[in-house]
Amino acid sequence: MFEFKLPDLGEGVHEGQIVNVLVKEGDTVAEYQPMLEVETDKAAVEIPAPKAGRVAKIHVQTGQVVKVGQVLVSIDEAGAVAAAEQPATAAPVPPAGKATLGVAVGPPAPTVVGPKPTSVETEPAQPVAAAPAVRRLARELNVDIAQVPGTGPGGRVLREDVERFAAGRAAPAAAVPGAVGPARTSVAGAELPDFSQYGPVRREVVPQIRKTIARQMTRAWVNVPRVTHCDQADITELERNRTQYNEAVGPDGTKLSLTAIVIKAVAAGLRRFPMLNSSYDAAAEEIIYKDYVHIGVAVDTPRGLVVPVLRDADRKSLPQVAAELVDLSQRARAAKFEIADLRGATFTITNVGALGGTFVTPMVNYPEVGILGLGRARMEAVVRDGQIVPRLMLPISLSFDHRVVDGADAARFVADLIRSLENPLRLISLM
Amino acid sequence: MVVGELAEQTEVVVIGGGPGGYVAAFRAADLGLQTTLVDVAPVLGGVCLREGCIPSKALLHVAHLMEDAQLAGEFGVTFGPPRVELDKLRAWKQSVVERLCGGINLLASKRGVRVIRGRARFEDSRTVRVDGDGVTILRFNHAIIATGSRAKRLPESIIPTDCCMDSTAALTLETVPKTLLVVGGGYIGLELGQVYAALGSRVTIMEVLDRILTGADQDLLRPLLARLKKQFDDVLTGVTLQGARKVGQEIEVTFVKDGQPQTRMFERVLVCVGRQPNSDDLGLEKTRVVVNQNGFIEVDEARRTADKRIYAIGDVAGNPMLAHKASHEGLVAAEAIAGKPSVFDARAIPAVVYTSPEIAWCGLTEEEARSKGLEIRVGKFNWAASGRAVAMGRPEGLTKVIADAGTGRVLGVGVVGQRADDLIAEATLAIEMGARAEDLAMTIHPHPSASETLMEAAESVLGTAIHMLRK
Repeated sequence: MFEFKLPDLGEGVHEGQIVNVLVKEGDTVAEYQPMLEVETDKAAVEIPAPKAGRVAKIHVQTGQVVKVGQVLVSIDEAGAVAAAEQPATAAPVPPAGKATLGVAVGPPAPTVVGPKPTSVETEPAQPVAAAPAVRRLARELNVDIAQVPGTGPGGRVLREDVERFAAGRAAPAAAVPGAVGPARTSVAGAELPDFSQYGPVRREVVPQIRKTIARQMTRAWVNVPRVTHCDQADITELERNRTQYNEAVGPDGTKLSLTAIVIKAVAAGLRRFPMLNSSYDAAAEEIIYKDYVHIGVAVDTPRGLVVPVLRDADRKSLPQVAAELVDLSQRARAAKFEIADLRGATFTITNVGALGGTFVTPMVNYPEVGILGLGRARMEAVVRDGQIVPRLMLPISLSFDHRVVDGADAARFVADLIRSLENPLRLISLM
Repeated sequence: MVVGELAEQTEVVVIGGGPGGYVAAFRAADLGLQTTLVDVAPVLGGVCLREGCIPSKALLHVAHLMEDAQLAGEFGVTFGPPRVELDKLRAWKQSVVERLCGGINLLASKRGVRVIRGRARFEDSRTVRVDGDGVTILRFNHAIIATGSRAKRLPESIIPTDCCMDSTAALTLETVPKTLLVVGGGYIGLELGQVYAALGSRVTIMEVLDRILTGADQDLLRPLLARLKKQFDDVLTGVTLQGARKVGQEIEVTFVKDGQPQTRMFERVLVCVGRQPNSDDLGLEKTRVVVNQNGFIEVDEARRTADKRIYAIGDVAGNPMLAHKASHEGLVAAEAIAGKPSVFDARAIPAVVYTSPEIAWCGLTEEEARSKGLEIRVGKFNWAASGRAVAMGRPEGLTKVIADAGTGRVLGVGVVGQRADDLIAEATLAIEMGARAEDLAMTIHPHPSASETLMEAAESVLGTAIHMLRK
């Protein structure tokens, strides 16, 4: 019998919530056939069967939170053949001498045999190597010690490991001394009133993805002194060119979207304004400049906000970026992506324009330092050479981390971006 | 409740003043909780201090002393046969008990713990009635049940009560019988057997299972069995008792061994067939506390019962029935009541048999590890190669370390030999700290000592033991 455990889902991801069980007990599954959908910190992923066989037992149910290493499904590898009996792989029965019947003598048993714990989770193979006082500290800090990476000899969990874990909870990186603890999503003392006294209310359990967004947003809010610089780009010419290009490209070619063009323009800009392509290490008081440009693109999916990453946007051609953008959005909406697809962004772009809106104040996607928000492009009356003319204006908002980026840098970056968008030849020369 | 009985308030009431109860009460008081301790006996200390652990260890000390004196002949020092003054021995044992119990009572009063003598029973989930000199009604915020256990009896039909004594009676040392039958081959029976044998009784052990001291690995029993062969008349296993009756001044015992019925005569019979939890006659049916079919009170990892304000610790809460486990649980319960996130998460609980030689173990036994199907490596060190053991004239002994074959983590340790009770403490710490065999092997141990056998046994796991040849 193969006991299928929840595999490692990536760095820092220790648990997930079962969203969907796709098979039933008794089903025959092929290798790699999707069996479960699990929602994690970042997004929902499909868990495929590691082996072909018959689903003997499903140990989890929809809505249950499961930990990495926890047994999810038992697969009878004997195959589709209806195997009624379980293979005898269980440990041998304890020797008869242990049975205490009748008037047998009961000397003290050395192991902890007594009361059961209240937790119903499966125990790890060996208890975590941690001294009793460290285990107590974990309890006091409400930390599951099994999740703490140990830095002591042989992977032993030390006091510092528990403290570090508690301070940085989902971000195992060193705790930021100057910043408020990011693990909470509310300020102490903010007790809710009883809303039902004012009218009917309904409560809904928060799915994993919402929990993650809440945590991430709180962390960003608390850690990043955010300022937003707003401006507008005249994209009349750009749009004319884009429409012409897309008409000419034919049914098999890749159409260019406005977002794809902005991605390329931003990517070029980030190479020229590297402080916006960095991260801030408050503990070490260092700015980490990245020699790569990966753009996170915010996608609205039925499950919530997902930000897949378009890698090396500065090195790919515009059609490549456009095609990849389409693929990423589709996969994000269909929930068909890996956790790895969501990691490593250096800058984020969010285009709410399709839904409406002008200027926005987006949240910086910590630990990045900049995010560009695009509003809806509108025909507006604009003054040019003393005349009022109709032009297609695109609202642009750049939120940035003021610890790293000053207003002047931000203004220059946006001005540079607008120059690229307003002058397509300049755009081409920068690509 | 009768009109006129006033109810008194207490934050915490602890029922039972043994190693579980008094530790819990003292910790609760130290944490600032107003605590009341109730016990039926005239002094605190429970079975452990008054009629169990302490008096038995005092007598065992004397027994082993006599044994050592006898052995000295081999070293060239011959003592004449000892003259035992039973009254004086009894008095000394009693003085030991009184001294320790007195200490507990003093600590209680210095901590401001109110002690009530009497029998406590629950009236409901918030009230306890204590019947002592008078009647006290206590309303509590929290209660800790630490009522312990009592010796199990065999049915009257097998052994009538007037034909036998239990361990408590045995410890009073009324007389030293010429012949003594000990029913039960567990640690209590063996310890008391050795006491009486040292004092001059001819002792026979009868055990229903196929070996004595189930719970300890077989290889640890060998040195003890070898000694018992010389000290006792007989050690019989696989015995089913049929009946006993008084015949003149003696007791005729009938039993079946290997299918053969037999009869033997003994001056006295000591029955040590285990202990049962004192969960009855407590009024628990008036609370939501759940008692399982074995009489143990069901508790969670913080020792809370099904009735959220009531906790249970020690023998009444489950196996192993050991004083140190009760004390640790007492700390957990008191801290939990004080709002700390304490739970009982001990990785290893040591067990010690104070026979000569002593046997001690903690963590998994080799038998348990194998029956769980774990991949293990076992390192053994025979005390015949231990400088200390040989120089003490007690070379019979064995130390074994059971480690995980993959990681080298120490899973269990077993020791047979003098001072096993002290040795096992280091082993328990090793398991709690998640030590590996190499950590034990790489720690410098003093030479010559019994403790270095632990280091050597760990080296044996790694295959690097100096004082043993690799097979």
